[in-house]
Amino acid sequence: MGEKKLAIIATKGSLDWAYPPFILASTAAALGYETEIFFTFYGLQLLRKKLTLEVTPLGNPGMPMPMGMDKWFPVLGTTLPGMQAMMTSMMKAKMAKKGVASIEELRDLCQEAEVRLVACQMTVDLFDMNTSEFIDGVEYGGAATFFEFAGDSDICLYI
Amino acid sequence: MADFDDELDASGLNCPLPILRAKKALGGMDAGKVLHIIATDPGSVKDFEAFATQTGNELLESKEEGGKFHFLIKKS
Repeated sequence: MGEKKLAIIATKGSLDWAYPPFILASTAAALGYETEIFFTFYGLQLLRKKLTLEVTPLGNPGMPMPMGMDKWFPVLGTTLPGMQAMMTSMMKAKMAKKGVASIEELRDLCQEAEVRLVACQMTVDLFDMNTSEFIDGVEYGGAATFFEFAGDSDICLYI
Repeated sequence: MADFDDELDASGLNCPLPILRAKKALGGMDAGKVLHIIATDPGSVKDFEAFATQTGNELLESKEEGGKFHFLIKKS
């Protein structure tokens, strides 16, 4: 039996949505899958050496908040300056307390396991992103590059 | 608990870290050697079964003792 393949498209650039691609890719690699993540649009933020990912309850009524704030705290209140930074540090503290890996750690594990990280060239150009701010080992390509791998994949996820 | 050659304490770590650490530990071991993993993540019980099935490393033992989960995995 040949090696199975997993292809992931990572499109989101928030702290919470950074988890699924890196958790699944690192685990798949540990299970013997050949794995590639294609980062496009806001997903490119996940490639920065220095990650500044945040979470926000805005537009996300399903996000649990401390003290049941998601039930009674006015949505408008969460738009106040500093709220997003506060929510982010609370989320990070909770994750550390529960033994959840940091994104940096999962990303390192992906690279150690030879997960291919491909940045979408078009969106890199679109947002004038400085690729020197990206981690080493990132490849660049377009939609056709993605299909070259995804076309033979056993599992393909859009996140 | 039966004999083992190496030990990995993944207590306090959450999914998918126990699996990833176990994979790494097994990578440094010879075929036939046994790794003892200690974990506190309840999800690891199903996950180590799935890990063994998919990687071909044999899960010799899986049990809960003293509020922790213990696994013995034989490297294939």
